[in-house]
Amino acid sequence: MASILGKTGAGQASVESVGRSIPRVEARAKVTGKAEYVHNLRLPGMLYGKVHRSSMAHGRIRGIDTSAALAMQGVFAVYTAADIMKLVPDPHYGPAFHDQPVLAIDKVRHVGEPVALVLAADPHVAEAAAQAIVVDYEELPAVFDEIEAMTSKAVVHEVLKPAGTFPDLKHLKDKRDTNIALDFRLRRGDVQKAFAEADHVFKHTFRTQQVLHVPLEPFVTVADPQPNRLDIHTASQSPSFVRIEIARLLGWPESRVRVKVPYLGGGFGAKLYIKTEALTAVAALLAGRPVKISLTMEEQFYQITKHAATLRIKSAVTRYGKITARECEVWWNGGAYADIGPRVTQKSGFTAPGPYDIDHVAIDSYALYTNLPAAGALRGFGIPQLVWGYESHTDMIAKALSIDPLAFRRKNILKNGRPQATGTIMQDAGIEKVLERLAERMQWEKPFDRGSGAIKRGRGMAIGFKASISPTTSVAIVNISADGSVMVYCGTVDMGQGSDTAMAQFAAEALGVPVETVTVVHPDTDVTPYDMATLGSRSTYHMGHAVKLAAEDARDKLMQLAQEVGLSAETTPIPDIFRRKYGMQAGNVVGVGSFIPSYAPPDAQGQTANATPFWMIGATGAEVEVDTETGEFKVTRLVNLVDVGRPVNPAIVETQISGATLMQLGFTLFERMDFDAGQCTNASLADYKIPGIRDVPAAMENEAVDMVQQSGPFGAKGVGESGTFGVSPAIASAIDDAVGVRLTSLPLTAEAVYRGLRANAGRPLED
Amino acid sequence: MQRTIQFTLNGHPVSAQVGNHQNLVEVLQGQGLFGARESCAQGLCGCCTVIVDGKAVSGCLTLAPLIDGADVRTIEEAQGEGGLDAVQQAFIETGAFQCGFCTPGFVLMTRQLLDAHPNPSEEDIRHYLSGNLCRCATYPEVIKAVRLAAKLRKKAGKD
Ligand code: FES
Ligand code: FES
Repeated sequence: MASILGKTGAGQASVESVGRSIPRVEARAKVTGKAEYVHNLRLPGMLYGKVHRSSMAHGRIRGIDTSAALAMQGVFAVYTAADIMKLVPDPHYGPAFHDQPVLAIDKVRHVGEPVALVLAADPHVAEAAAQAIVVDYEELPAVFDEIEAMTSKAVVHEVLKPAGTFPDLKHLKDKRDTNIALDFRLRRGDVQKAFAEADHVFKHTFRTQQVLHVPLEPFVTVADPQPNRLDIHTASQSPSFVRIEIARLLGWPESRVRVKVPYLGGGFGAKLYIKTEALTAVAALLAGRPVKISLTMEEQFYQITKHAATLRIKSAVTRYGKITARECEVWWNGGAYADIGPRVTQKSGFTAPGPYDIDHVAIDSYALYTNLPAAGALRGFGIPQLVWGYESHTDMIAKALSIDPLAFRRKNILKNGRPQATGTIMQDAGIEKVLERLAERMQWEKPFDRGSGAIKRGRGMAIGFKASISPTTSVAIVNISADGSVMVYCGTVDMGQGSDTAMAQFAAEALGVPVETVTVVHPDTDVTPYDMATLGSRSTYHMGHAVKLAAEDARDKLMQLAQEVGLSAETTPIPDIFRRKYGMQAGNVVGVGSFIPSYAPPDAQGQTANATPFWMIGATGAEVEVDTETGEFKVTRLVNLVDVGRPVNPAIVETQISGATLMQLGFTLFERMDFDAGQCTNASLADYKIPGIRDVPAAMENEAVDMVQQSGPFGAKGVGESGTFGVSPAIASAIDDAVGVRLTSLPLTAEAVYRGLRANAGRPLED
Repeated sequence: MQRTIQFTLNGHPVSAQVGNHQNLVEVLQGQGLFGARESCAQGLCGCCTVIVDGKAVSGCLTLAPLIDGADVRTIEEAQGEGGLDAVQQAFIETGAFQCGFCTPGFVLMTRQLLDAHPNPSEEDIRHYLSGNLCRCATYPEVIKAVRLAAKLRKKAGKD
C-alpha cells in the first residue's frame, strides 16, 4: 500500500494519473449491461405516469374531460393543473424565467405541452387512459418564426417572469405583451465611423434549423415520497438545481428533497434544470406512492430542443483584408418556454463576432418566445449557430476579395494579449495554434486535387471559440478511508463524457495515490455537495478544481495526523498512520474543496475585464466530393483540432472530439425538426435521422493541440463541445470551393446544392 | 389477455406471465434484466437487441407470446473466464462507448458479425452495425473494437 504522495521511500517519483489514457472506471459495467440508469429503477408500489399533451400550438383551455380516463379499469388517478395547484399554488419553474407550468394552466403554448397526467400501476393502462382525455381548446393566433416574433401580435406570454436570480434580467420583470425574453447588447469602439470609412462592406444572413438532442435514454424520473421527505431519482445533468427548484416549488427546505442521479444514457444539454422532475414529484406527493415517468422517443421532441437562429452579420474590411468593424444581430428562436435560452443569448452572444481581432463591434442578440417546443442548450450553448454564421461570412469575404481563406484568417486572428469584443484580454487561448495546426494537417498550402468529370472536390476550414458560463460554483469532498482507499463525493453527472474517470484521476494525482484506489460517488444531494450543473464543458475546470482542492485539504490533514502520531506521511503507508492513531483500521480523513472562478459582470455596453475563466477553441477542416449532375455530396475527410488545455485522459478526450464532430455532422447534413402549424411532423427516429455508422467520413482525424491552461486544474479545461464548432461552415465552404455554390441555411442538402448549380448555370429550378 | 410462456433465458429455463401486447424488453425487465433497453421502440436503434434462437432481434418489436419455447440470450449472459468475452474486452480496450446506453446492442451485434465474418472488412462492419445507433457517436472506436475483437478471438482459438 502506497504512502501519501505515492512515495515509497527515498523520494521516488509520484504516481502519475492525469494525462494517462486509463479505461473508464465504469467500463465493465457498461459492456455487461449492468451500468445503473434510472431507466432500470422499479420500486414496490410504483405507479407509471403517462402525459396527455396539447394538440394545439397556442390555445385557451376551455375544459378538460377526464371522465373516460378515470372510468378505465386500473387507472389510479388523473391530474390536471387544478390538482397540481392544491399542492403548489404557483407551479411555474425555470432557470431564467419562472414561466413553465407543471401542467398547462388555462392555456397551451406549443404542441406537445403536458396538459394532464394519468397514473396507473400498468403503463399500458396509463397510456390508453391518457389518450382518452379530451381537451376543448379555443385556438389563439400563433407565432413560429423568430423574426416575426419580434413584432408579432401573437404574444406567447402576457407577462414576463424573470426568476430573480440574475441581475441582468431584472429590467424585464412584469414586462407585458412582448415575445422578447432578453435583449443583449454589446458596443465597442465606433462602429458607425468604421463602416463610413470602410473600403468594403459585406453583409450576409445565415439561418440554422431547429434540432434536438435525442439522448438514447429518453427523459426519466422516479419520485418516491418518504415520511416528511421526497426522494427523486432522475436522469438529470443538474441534481443541485433540481433539489433547489423542487424545494422552492413545494415551499420546503432543501434538506427535505433528495436527488439521486446514476449514469445517464446521454445528455448533451437536454437533461438540465427541470424536465420531468417537477411533474413526477408533485404526482408522487399527490398519490402518496412512488411514481415513474419515462418519456417515449416521440415525447422527447416536445421536451427540449436546440434554438433555430437567424444571424445577420455585417463587416467593414480594408482593401488589404483587415476587418475593422463588425455588426452582429442574432435572433434565437426559444420556443414557448425560456429554459436557459436567455443565457445562450448573452453568454454565447458576446462571441458572435468570432475569434478575430476587430476594434469596432456592435452585437444585438435577442431571445424570443414562439409557439414551438422550448429550446435550451445543446452541446455548444449557441456557439455552433454563431460559428456557422461568422465562419461562412469569413469565407465569403475572403472569396470576394480573392484572398486565400487561411491568409485572411491569419491577418485577422485574435491573439493572446489582445482584447476580445467584451474588452477581456485573451489568455491561454490556442486560437492561432489550432488554426496553424489545422492548416498543417490539411496541407493547406499544397496543391489540392480538384476532382475530375462530374465529381468535383473542394475543401474548407472553420474555427470557433467559446467562453465558459460564469461565474459558477462546484464543491467536492474527498474522503480517505483507514485502508488508504479514497472516495470522491461530487455532483458532476457522468453522462458519457467520462467525468467519473477524470475526477478519479484528479484526486489520485493530487493525493499521489494509484487511480484504482479512488471511487467517485454518484450525485446524491444527501451526500454530495453543491454543483451548479454538468454543462457547458465546465466540469473538468470547475469540479476539477474543487476535487483537487478537496484532495489537497485531505492530504494536508493526513500529514497533520501523521505528524501528530510521530510518523512521516511521505514514507509511511496510509493504513499504518490510521492504525497508529486509532489502534485499528478505523477513522477517516475528510477534505473539502470549493471553487468559483473570478468574474466581472459586463456593463451596459457588454464590456468587462473578465468575461470567462477560460476559452475553448475548436476548428474543423473538411474535404468534400460533389456530384455536379445531382448535387449529391460526400464528406470524405474531417480534421478536427481543439485546444482543451492539457488532456486529462487523451483517449477519452479524442472520443469527445470525434463524438461532438459527428453529432454536429448530423445537424449539418440532415437533422431538422419539421413543423406544420406548430406540430412536429417527424417526431420519431424513423423520420428524424441521426448519424449512424455509415455517416462516418472515410477519414476522420482528431487532435488536441499542445496547450496548457495555466489557471486550470493540472493545466486542463473543458472538452465536450469544442468538436462541434467548425463542422457546419467548413463543409459549406468546401462545397462552395468545389462547385461555387454557397449555402447559407442548415441543413446542407443535395437539393440545395443542385438548386445552386442550376441557378449558377442560368437554369434555376422552380420552388 | 395474460398467458404463461416458458423459455430458456441465458441457459436457464424460466416461465413468465405475459400479456399479448407486451414485448420482449418488458418480459426481460420482469426477470430483472435491464441490459436490453427500449429507446426508439420502432426497431431502428438496436438498444433493445436480444439474441433469440441464435439470431439478433429487436426486443421492442418482438411480442412476448412469440418467445414461448425459445432460447433467449442477453448481454447479461456470463462469458467464460473473468466474465468478459473478446468483444467486451475489445470494447473496453478501445473505449468504444461513452454513455453506454447503446453498448449491449453493439456488443451482441458484433458477436453476430464475427460469427459470420471472422475477418470482417470495413464494409462488413458498417453493414452489420448500421442498425445500431449511438448518439454519442462512438462509431470510429466501435470499428476499432470490432477489429481488435476479431484478433482476440483468433488468438484465443489458436491458444
Ligand atoms: S428500442 Fe428497439 S430498436 Fe430501438
Ligand atoms: S455510448 Fe451513448 S449512445 Fe452509444
